[in-house]
Amino acid sequence: MQYIPNINHKEQMLKEVGYSSIDDLFEDVPDEARCDGLKLPPGKSELEVERELNQILHKNCTLDHCPGFLGGGAYHHHVPKTVWSLAGRSEFITSYTPYQPEVSQGMLQAMFEYQSAIAELTGMDAANSSMYDWPTAIAEAAMMARRINRGSEFLIPSYVLGNKKSVIHNYVDGTGLVIKEYPYDPSSGQYDEDALLGMVGDSTAGVYVESPNLFGVIEEKVADLKAKIGKASLVIGANPLSLGILEAPGNYGADYVVGDAQVFGNPLNFGGPMVGYFACKKEHIRRMPGRIIGMSEDSRGQMAFCMTLQTREQHIRRDKATSNICSNQALAAMASSIHIYLLGKNGMRDLAQQNASRAKWLMREMNRMDGVKAPAFDSYHFNEFVVKTDEGVKAMQDRLLAGGVFAGLDISREFPDLGNASLWCTTEMHTREDYDKLLALLKEVEQ
Amino acid sequence: MSFHQAVYSEDIIFNRGGPGRCGVRLPDWKVEEDLVPPKLQRKELGLPELSEPEVVRHYTRLSQMNYGVDIGTYPLGSCTMKYNPKLCDWAASQPGSANTHPYQDPSTVQGNLQIMYELQSMLAEVGGVDEVTLQPAAGAHGEFTGLLLSRAYHKANGEEHRNEVILPDTAHGTNPASVTTTGYHIIETKSAEDGTVDLDALSSALSDKTACFMLTNPNTLGIYEHNVVEIAKMCHEAGSILYYDGANLNAVMGRSKPGDMGYDIVHYNLHKTFATPHGGGGPGAGPIGVKKHIAPFLPKPVIARKGDEYVLDYDRPQSIGKIGGFYGNFAVLVRAWTFMKVMGGDGLKEASEMAVLNSNYMKEKLVEHYPMPHKRLRKHEFVLSGSNMKEKGASTKDVAKMLLDAGLHAPTIYFPLLVDEALMIEPCENETKEELDAYIARMIEITKASEEELHNAPVNSKVGRVDEVKAARDMVLCWRASGKCESK
Repeated sequence: MQYIPNINHKEQMLKEVGYSSIDDLFEDVPDEARCDGLKLPPGKSELEVERELNQILHKNCTLDHCPGFLGGGAYHHHVPKTVWSLAGRSEFITSYTPYQPEVSQGMLQAMFEYQSAIAELTGMDAANSSMYDWPTAIAEAAMMARRINRGSEFLIPSYVLGNKKSVIHNYVDGTGLVIKEYPYDPSSGQYDEDALLGMVGDSTAGVYVESPNLFGVIEEKVADLKAKIGKASLVIGANPLSLGILEAPGNYGADYVVGDAQVFGNPLNFGGPMVGYFACKKEHIRRMPGRIIGMSEDSRGQMAFCMTLQTREQHIRRDKATSNICSNQALAAMASSIHIYLLGKNGMRDLAQQNASRAKWLMREMNRMDGVKAPAFDSYHFNEFVVKTDEGVKAMQDRLLAGGVFAGLDISREFPDLGNASLWCTTEMHTREDYDKLLALLKEVEQ
Repeated sequence: MSFHQAVYSEDIIFNRGGPGRCGVRLPDWKVEEDLVPPKLQRKELGLPELSEPEVVRHYTRLSQMNYGVDIGTYPLGSCTMKYNPKLCDWAASQPGSANTHPYQDPSTVQGNLQIMYELQSMLAEVGGVDEVTLQPAAGAHGEFTGLLLSRAYHKANGEEHRNEVILPDTAHGTNPASVTTTGYHIIETKSAEDGTVDLDALSSALSDKTACFMLTNPNTLGIYEHNVVEIAKMCHEAGSILYYDGANLNAVMGRSKPGDMGYDIVHYNLHKTFATPHGGGGPGAGPIGVKKHIAPFLPKPVIARKGDEYVLDYDRPQSIGKIGGFYGNFAVLVRAWTFMKVMGGDGLKEASEMAVLNSNYMKEKLVEHYPMPHKRLRKHEFVLSGSNMKEKGASTKDVAKMLLDAGLHAPTIYFPLLVDEALMIEPCENETKEELDAYIARMIEITKASEEELHNAPVNSKVGRVDEVKAARDMVLCWRASGKCESK
């Protein structure tokens, strides 16, 4: 076995420390709990496993072969080769959580700089060094709002996708916090402010708003919302790429901001690892979940980093911790920040502008087709939008897939009021040919 | 071995670069007018401006100031810092899986689903369970899922009043934190003299309110719970579920299956036992395996096989629903699948046996030099006490820092709380005898070091001891365009 060096020293090592066989080392295992090996195939050579994997992956149809217009929480963006050439360095990959800061300064500084990138994009005072994904970050935000405000209710928009809602419920239901949903306006696709404000009261711990929201729509009234919700925390969910052109939520009163930084530096990977991010204002930092890296000095007065505010965390506070999170998505988060710093100030703006511009153009082109309404909502959009079709969504998806295109996500079952509605996303990955192919396929149904 | 870590005075990235530089060139596209509502137009974005080579040098230098398993021995107890095969990195970066979207039609991701299905099956065999979910993104996430399953199971049986979870005093911090999140109450039980579960204490803790007993085996001291079968019987008679924390599974693969020990819910850490890298803190993966009676409650979707086709099975009416946005950390799952294929059943057994041998070899050679309370025979890890350093005014922390100076990573320290000045050592199966001997020699040498040497260490690392008190006081948690951001 190429990874296990001591097999040939087994007898000698046993003898040196007074055991006669490996069985001696397992003598305390009771008979009922013993097994003699595993019913798994024997190991294989690297070459054979490589071939097996290639054969299996050959059964996939990837976005390299068929252009796709799927988003809904996971996004297909270009990942510069630089990103994983750096994040993939084995000094980073093979390190543990930096419990010994003196020999882990590289990862610590990189994580501090990830936190800085998120804080700068969101306009917050601090960010943690990542959560699992966006849905768990919302759930943690709900629980944090309760710790801060003592309210018994947390309000979310009804347009949050079912998978996110399920995660949120699984996290908070045991804590006694009640999740209530406020409606959206069917013509703008934005939250219904009157309905929302009608639900806000003394028992409200926090209000969650997503912008751009599930429908890709930019929420316009959110800029004035904070002053209207009293002591409740304002939690904003945002695709961080959109913040290249949209105002930082910290500048319009957000208390904490959550989302997913997978859009930077991380391939889709069939939905994981994602990079949940979590940022907040300074007055809330001690109630924040997750690991935080801080800047300090060493014994010689040099700049040095370490994990800090650990008294919030499970390994110190145990049952009183702000969260149970331990392992996070550190390496994926670092990859996100490498991409963010490659883009920098101008690249970030340009990429965000390009995504929004492509969506605007594509909505126009799709809307020219008979039997297609794009977008379904009369609002500003980022890089996603809802399309309504005369054709049933499943039939349309199947037809497009037969033609080699992944159509938008079917949201007609979750939002029956919207009719034949699907959620589309476009990014810098699409070529003119991809769009031509899509539009030609959409046109076919007219004949 | 002589060692000195690379030292660069590498400034914060915000202080690097220059106006107008950019590290990315985008394809051309005409920018449209009126993209965002005017009042929500971004006014300022303070990110630094760097070219590609500047970014490359920055992160390359940072990497050289970071210690990893590829550099040297990293025997963090409870963390299983084993070698991460390069083949697995390759496997996880194949465009054939990396460029697939989670919402693609299942017929177009049969390869991904096959990998997940096979991984579920292989894990079920190692754990001795019937079904597995791969959705949890980390160990604590899996643990939380296990508790949700326990809650759903009792609820389905009309026993919602069961709201207590029993934990041994050696439990990992995530255990009590997860219990609180689930809304359960914690009952902590003391260990017996020999460091295993005290059956009398367990017996008095169990009641008709007990939902679950969470137990690692081997436990945090590295001791196999020889009464585990009896413990399972006691739990089941009291109507409780027995939950296996998979932190220490690397000790028993192919020798003892948690399912056979009597566990109902079995947790795995792919980033420990199945060689996926820790990445400086994540991403990991924390699958959960269950016996048949718990299976209906598993998160949706389960990856199933119908004829020749793999499907995302959402038709699970009793399911707890979702605990993460998609299907888990897929790129991590691919690595674990690859590792298990290379190892095979025989290789996994050998890995556990050699991890246990390496651990006992080190333990026997060190036990004369550092006190070791509790039972003698250990599995893949053991816990020494640095209390012998007190007489010269030093501590376990000083021992840890002196190890760093030799190019060795410290063990886990000050955990478990049960052992005074704990040094928790887990060498894994990949260390050579020479490396183990060198580590042992250094540990012994440290017992002879002077107080001054002990307090001055480390001197060969990028920085000396970091002032953690200052970090917590000043709260400099990020850098913004405006400069250092203090939150105190």
